[in-house]
Amino acid sequence: MTIQISENINMLLYFVTFLYISSMSGYILYLFKQKDKIEKTALFLMGAGFLFHFISLIIESFFAGTLPAHTMGQNLSIAALSLSGAFIFFRYRSKLKILGVFASPLTVFIMIAALVTPASPGKEITAIKSIWIVSHISLIFIGEAALALACGAGILYLIQERGIKKKKTGFFYRRLPSLDLLDYTSYLCIVTGFTMLTFGLVTGFIYAKSIWGSFWRWDPKEIWSVATWLFYAALLHFRLVSGWQGKKSAIMTIIGFAALLFTFLGVNLFIGSHHQIFTK
Amino acid sequence: MPEIILIGANHKTASIELRECLTFSDDEIVQALEQLKQKENIREVFLFSTCNRTEVLFIPNGENNIETIKNFLAEFKNIALTQFEDSLYIYKGSDAINHLFNVASSLDSMVIGEPQILGQVKAAFKTATKNNSSGVILNRLLHKTFSIAKRVRKETGIGDNAVSISYAAVELAGKIFSDLSTKSVMLIGTGEMAELAVEHLLSKNVKKIIVANRTFENAVNLAEKFYGQPVKLEEMEQMLQEVDIVISSTGATQYILTQSQVKEVMRTRKNRPLFFIDIALPRDIDPDVNKINNTYLYDIDDLQNIVNENIGKREKETVKAQRLIEEAVIKFNKWLKDLEVVPTIIAVKEKIEKITEIETEKTLSTMNHLSKKDTEAIKRMTKAIATRIMHDPIRFLKEPGAHRENPFYLNAARQIFDLDLNDKEK
Repeated sequence: MTIQISENINMLLYFVTFLYISSMSGYILYLFKQKDKIEKTALFLMGAGFLFHFISLIIESFFAGTLPAHTMGQNLSIAALSLSGAFIFFRYRSKLKILGVFASPLTVFIMIAALVTPASPGKEITAIKSIWIVSHISLIFIGEAALALACGAGILYLIQERGIKKKKTGFFYRRLPSLDLLDYTSYLCIVTGFTMLTFGLVTGFIYAKSIWGSFWRWDPKEIWSVATWLFYAALLHFRLVSGWQGKKSAIMTIIGFAALLFTFLGVNLFIGSHHQIFTK
Repeated sequence: MPEIILIGANHKTASIELRECLTFSDDEIVQALEQLKQKENIREVFLFSTCNRTEVLFIPNGENNIETIKNFLAEFKNIALTQFEDSLYIYKGSDAINHLFNVASSLDSMVIGEPQILGQVKAAFKTATKNNSSGVILNRLLHKTFSIAKRVRKETGIGDNAVSISYAAVELAGKIFSDLSTKSVMLIGTGEMAELAVEHLLSKNVKKIIVANRTFENAVNLAEKFYGQPVKLEEMEQMLQEVDIVISSTGATQYILTQSQVKEVMRTRKNRPLFFIDIALPRDIDPDVNKINNTYLYDIDDLQNIVNENIGKREKETVKAQRLIEEAVIKFNKWLKDLEVVPTIIAVKEKIEKITEIETEKTLSTMNHLSKKDTEAIKRMTKAIATRIMHDPIRFLKEPGAHRENPFYLNAARQIFDLDLNDKEK
């Protein structure tokens, strides 16, 4: 990719970040003012951010010949894109407007992290040019975004639940919707996220077989991923069988997301794994 | 400037016995307006009466008008003036407008922000217009009253937050369940407040009502009222599997539901949320039930606390509402002032002169061949035409003739010449 193009793409990404920040400001204002007009504007800005972000990814992929997920910065950028996309999707599915108060700052945070992470250009990776790895990366990121939102809805649930239990109608009581809706959204996100994660892991194993010759190599990232997957599987199981809905489920979505974050970042930073060739 | 006067008594100034004596029924209002219209010193009049207030708003047309109204009230309601004179308040001009706006915006109500008052004022106004007792000024004043009341409701939190125990309970249910139309309710026992809560829930289209009572006959009767299903008290625990909201209001001296009972119920209903509203005194449900996961218990004290908090919140909002009202009063006063002859005449003159000037300049600017003398002559001519045209209408406005209503013609003039440009909202 020429320097000219990568500079242009960087400009585009700055613009995207600006849109995300505007959307975040809108959502924070919405939290205080509770005006639907403000929420609509914030959602529109988020949508615009997502659109330009997606365009930039397509351009980049076109010039790179594959999904640009070579550096930590690129990975974070895809994570932010997935998160904003997932938020817009669930915003329409469950009508949980206030989730933007969680999703937009997180998107901004990841996006800024993506921009400030130093890139190490000029590294050509042939390993990444395969349909399996592209699906693996996309599915995992979308799944993780959905699970991040599940965690967000879980946090909002815990705040609202605490208010109702303690019989204190504070700042959030009026601003947050019913427990039902928060729990339902969280569940919706978990199911979607878990499904994506499952397919993401399967495509990952197939890809591992194709280049390393075996599905499973006891790599720390593999172990952590499967452990996290099992955790969410357990959460869904208990929810359906033993009625672990509401508070228990909300707490578990937060723990699960923490485990996911560790799998995504912590393993690379503290333990090391074969995934590092992608995220140096 | 025409004067606006308001005489009335409300829950703050008069006892309930006195208010009862001063209340007007719908038919009485019609009769009263008919009689007041005949009075020489009253030009426009509007009367409204609710259980908390009776107020007469009028535009006078001569001296001693306040006495006229006072005596009329005493005569019409057949009580001695001395009995209620001290309870009356009399507001004039801006104060009267301010008071009316406050009343309609529900700032003067017993329960601040209650929504019925606006409808009551509207109905009374309809009666007044039907009987032709209101005129240009009161018509405009009442329209402004409705728009300010709507604005106050929309832009302040005056109507937010439940201020009755039964409604607070329903609001809470809405914070636990997103869709009440898929939820079922069980009413245990009887009681006014409990039944009121059930009625509120019914208006939210709850799926099903179950009525449990120690005396099965009572259960059957109540169930009929709510189109519900009657059950015996012994079945109550089993029914907890099916319902989502429980309203309890029995006369039992001991808990009818203990923590361990509810725990067992929650296990079998797979932790689906359950909301208990305990309105009974002494309480029906063990307070420890609130500690169980996905179970929420509110007793009458908890609900009363919420109501008190909400009343406080509404009172805070009145400051904002007062500001909106003061703004509206100033605007209305400006319109009233403009209704005087002189400002209207000046405005008409200015408008016509400006049009003449602009059009003349426009034409002359394309006619460079004219000498300065010619242009001066043309300008003089256009001005003369304008003055001649305005002469008769202005003379009429100054002196519309005996027994004619001045404000009516002034208002018409203002509308014909579209002089209230900055006041487009109706």
